[in-house]
Amino acid sequence: MAAMTADELSAIEHRHPQIFRRPAYKRFWPLLLIAGTALYLAYALWFFSLPQVLRESHWERLPLFLSQWISYDLQPEFRLDQPEITPKYPRFSALGENPDPDWVIKNPDGTYTVQIDGSAKSVTFDKTRATITANGETVPISLTGGKPVVTGPVPDWVTVHDDEIVAKMGFVGEVRVTVDRVKVRKRFLGWANFVFDTRSPFFGKPAGEVISLIVSGPELRPGTSNLALAADNIWNNAQWQHGDVWTKLLQTIVMAFLGTLLGGIVAFPLAFFAARNITPSGVLSQVLKRFFDFMRSVDMLIWALFFTRAFGPGPLAGSAAIFFTEIGTLGKTYSEALENIDDKPREGVLSTGANGILVQRYGVLPEVVPVFISQTLYQWESNTRGATIIGAVGAGGIGLKLWEAMRTNSNWANVFYMVLLTLLVVFIFDNISNFLRRRLSRTLHDYNRLQAERG
Amino acid sequence: MTLSTTIHSDATRQQADAWRRQTSLRRFYTALGVALLLVAMGATMWFADEANAGHFFDRLPHILDFLSWLIPKDWNDVWRALFDIASPNDKGTQEFNFPLGRVYIWGGFYIPEYFELMLTTVNVALVSTFIGFVFAVPFSFIAARNLTPSPILRLIVKRFMELLRAFPEIVIAGLFAAIVSIGPVAAIIAIGLHSIGALGKLFYEINENIDMRPEEGLRAVGANWFERVRFADLPQVLPNFMSYTLLRIEINVRISTIMGAVGGGGIGEELKLAISRGFGAKTLALVLLLFITIFLVDQFSAWLRRKLVGEQAFLMSA
Repeated sequence: MAAMTADELSAIEHRHPQIFRRPAYKRFWPLLLIAGTALYLAYALWFFSLPQVLRESHWERLPLFLSQWISYDLQPEFRLDQPEITPKYPRFSALGENPDPDWVIKNPDGTYTVQIDGSAKSVTFDKTRATITANGETVPISLTGGKPVVTGPVPDWVTVHDDEIVAKMGFVGEVRVTVDRVKVRKRFLGWANFVFDTRSPFFGKPAGEVISLIVSGPELRPGTSNLALAADNIWNNAQWQHGDVWTKLLQTIVMAFLGTLLGGIVAFPLAFFAARNITPSGVLSQVLKRFFDFMRSVDMLIWALFFTRAFGPGPLAGSAAIFFTEIGTLGKTYSEALENIDDKPREGVLSTGANGILVQRYGVLPEVVPVFISQTLYQWESNTRGATIIGAVGAGGIGLKLWEAMRTNSNWANVFYMVLLTLLVVFIFDNISNFLRRRLSRTLHDYNRLQAERG
Repeated sequence: MTLSTTIHSDATRQQADAWRRQTSLRRFYTALGVALLLVAMGATMWFADEANAGHFFDRLPHILDFLSWLIPKDWNDVWRALFDIASPNDKGTQEFNFPLGRVYIWGGFYIPEYFELMLTTVNVALVSTFIGFVFAVPFSFIAARNLTPSPILRLIVKRFMELLRAFPEIVIAGLFAAIVSIGPVAAIIAIGLHSIGALGKLFYEINENIDMRPEEGLRAVGANWFERVRFADLPQVLPNFMSYTLLRIEINVRISTIMGAVGGGGIGEELKLAISRGFGAKTLALVLLLFITIFLVDQFSAWLRRKLVGEQAFLMSA
């Protein structure tokens, strides 16, 4: 790079004073902005006592929760203080009423073997000793001394507590041994009993058998066809509640659709009276604009809470909340679109002696309808997302169901199921709205091009 | 207004016929569309009414009864509730226990409870918008077709942002409530993550519409990717970025209020309690405070956006 002389540098400076000699406030405002932001963040750190919150948080739960989204576990327990060792499964376990999984093996010599990951990770035990195998190591445990004792070296995946020995085997599960019981947690990838729950007569049958039963099998419940029975069993699956989830999902969609549509219908005539260039009275315009601001600023949450109290919880309350907010939002955007129109078509229609309504119909409407529809679609799209949240305060839809499933902290697979459905709905409606808006913008574009060609 | 009086030749008559056919077809489609929309509206209304706990026409006569609890016996209670001043109506219940929530700052000087809660809500919105902005800016440069350093990276970042945008906020909030305890921090994380996706999308669309000549100039003198983005792109897009960020603050104040109602801390929770228990004075005070805050935030943001990008700010939001 050729060096510049001082003269050349100052010549450039003189040629472009607006770049090199800017007033001080213009030169320093980015710095000030950054300093202000840093100060604010320091304040926020203190305000939310973030260091303390982070210190007390349980990040180790995050991978656990996330793995629960796509897996389930079975927790057989073996009492050793009974005359005979028998596996006990928690009530409502995914295995149904008479569990006999092939990974719990009763050996000929009276010991039990539970295979947590084939025979590479397993535990074999009787009343006096247990042997845990994992990661290529074998850990013998003696259960006779009043508390469990590891005989030999303790590998780092085994934790010895006072009265319990815990062997963690990663994702696949863990084994907990005390002198009077062995507890196993075995984790499976996937969603358990997604189609049929354990009460269903179709439970545990392979897909082929279920299909042949439905097509040509004998009636499992006399008087009902197998197809109807299967559909009923799926719809009322106790664990996944497909019927309830899909109904609630439909409610969410309905809330967004109905609220936005009604909001648009009410905002449409009002916007004409609010638009400065169309309204017969300036006072009316101001009043309506403040009314729109009011409806918007009294937030969807407040409307949702009010209508939940008025109509009781459900989609009616949610629709009404979106409706009231949308009167404000759409009224504002509609009237702004009306204020930005080209006045010439209107004057043209006016000059033919048309009356007020005809002037709006032929002079104004053709210009703004695509804009109106586009904005309404945009709001519809964003309300589909918003309806999920206000549902959580009782305004109907899937929001409340999601929130309840999460509050128990154990039902993450159900949460994930509902999340997937919500994502799907948002995705579909985004695409419908995008497609329609693109079509519209093409009409708008054509209209502008024709106008330009005419000069 | 008949056309026939002006038609003289076959050619014009054919044109007029074609035009008439076209209009009547279009009218038919419009009517069909409107009819379908009305049917859908009727059906959804019926569905919403059926699924609701209380039905519309059963409840309608009682709407005014329901609103009557809103009107406090003593209008001064609204101000007392707002500023945490003891009320003579206090009978030891939660309805009028205004002074209890005072947050003492210095000696006898206190911040009224509702102002503190409102501050929490606004702070949640501001911090989460900041998080959104900080991550959305670099992501938007990677996701913009004309600036991206690598097409594969672009696709990944775009999909990631789409996911963040569509993921229901309450799920993220619920997940983090179990990790960092229920409260404003979980709400910040949830709204912040959503803001990354929402802002990122708007930002990269702005990036794709920039004037590329400064970028080419910098490329010609051998500037690397960071330098090109910093000196060619950023100056063009920063005002629009700021404008969208301000718009996001408006939205986030609303979302953080709702988050509060489901356990995210701040004013939402108090409002939900006040309305569900029918505390008229408290409800009015909270609604008033929330209304004024949202109104002020909106007006301030609109003013600043107008200064930053002129009237364009309002066309863009369409």
